[in-house]
Amino acid sequence: MSRLRAFLIWAGLATIVVVPILAAAASPLLQWRQPVYIAAGFAGIAAMVLLLLQPLLAGGYLPGVSGLRGRRLHLWTGILLVSAIILHVGGLWITSPPDVIDALLFRSPTPFSAWGVIAMWAVFAAAFLAAFRWSLALSPRLWRRLHTLLAMVIVAGSVVHALLIEGTMETYSKAALCALAVAATVKVIVDLRIWARRSRGES
Amino acid sequence: MTTGLMTRRTLLLTGSAFLVTGVSGWSVPARSNGLAPTPSMRGGSNNYRPGAPIVDRIGGGGFWMTGTVRRAGDGAPLAGQRIQIWAHTTEGHERDQRSHGATLTDANGVFRLEMPQIVPAFGQPHGHLAYDSGEFETVFLRPVMKSSADTSLEAHFVLQPA
Repeated sequence: MSRLRAFLIWAGLATIVVVPILAAAASPLLQWRQPVYIAAGFAGIAAMVLLLLQPLLAGGYLPGVSGLRGRRLHLWTGILLVSAIILHVGGLWITSPPDVIDALLFRSPTPFSAWGVIAMWAVFAAAFLAAFRWSLALSPRLWRRLHTLLAMVIVAGSVVHALLIEGTMETYSKAALCALAVAATVKVIVDLRIWARRSRGES
Repeated sequence: MTTGLMTRRTLLLTGSAFLVTGVSGWSVPARSNGLAPTPSMRGGSNNYRPGAPIVDRIGGGGFWMTGTVRRAGDGAPLAGQRIQIWAHTTEGHERDQRSHGATLTDANGVFRLEMPQIVPAFGQPHGHLAYDSGEFETVFLRPVMKSSADTSLEAHFVLQPA
């Protein structure tokens, strides 16, 4: 891969990551929110960005971080994702406890809450699978399929969650980020042949 | 001479009488000709602060919360009913004391309270209203604005005697 091509890929990715964050930072809603609420919102936006990075790293699509390096970074990005979600939910809890309790108990009046909570538990489950990969002693194929299944729930749930919210994210950059996260997830599932009888990498 | 045994006739009579009263007894007395009470909405009581003071206006105003209060059944307008209102606005969070206020309905059961502009919070631009004075059953409402650019919001109460 040429250096120019690598540069363009990274520059494109940086743009896709930075634009939604800058657009949210320009939201008029911020002036009427307390710092904790603002931080909670941006933790959610960061989590959406990480959802785009995760499949790109798992598939080794990014120049310089393919193969094992990509997977190792996928692990660290996963840890960041879990942290971002904890900050997101924790910050919202501090801002308005009853709204978060309603969401966690699936009795919220806002439909996007349930999608977010489902995605959150799927993230925790996927992280649990990764953390206890060796002690769980699942076959590599089963482990991969379970982890992928959870990833699909995470991406689908988070995208619906984000799109239904009227918040600080700007509409078009939010939709673009969501579309790219879905596209990257579908691509890596197809490329790695997760549901083929023999996935790539197995002999 | 009577025996303790049931004849076939009495069995049929008592049996059919039981069926008639039993079946009709299950049906709820007709309320359909009256106005049904408004149920509380999900999340309506979130960040409620009991005893919000009656005010002319919450904060600087610019946004109108309006609605009606009527009695369940006959739909008669209820005057002098205290409605409490709070929301996330340009001047404060739902939890802030200054975001809460109350008003009374007029002779036509209509209430109108000016308050700061409601802004989207927790994903939707919405307001909260409460009736909890005790004479009628408590109701919490959580109406959502069609657009966050709206400068008014309506909510209607049909109350059932407590």
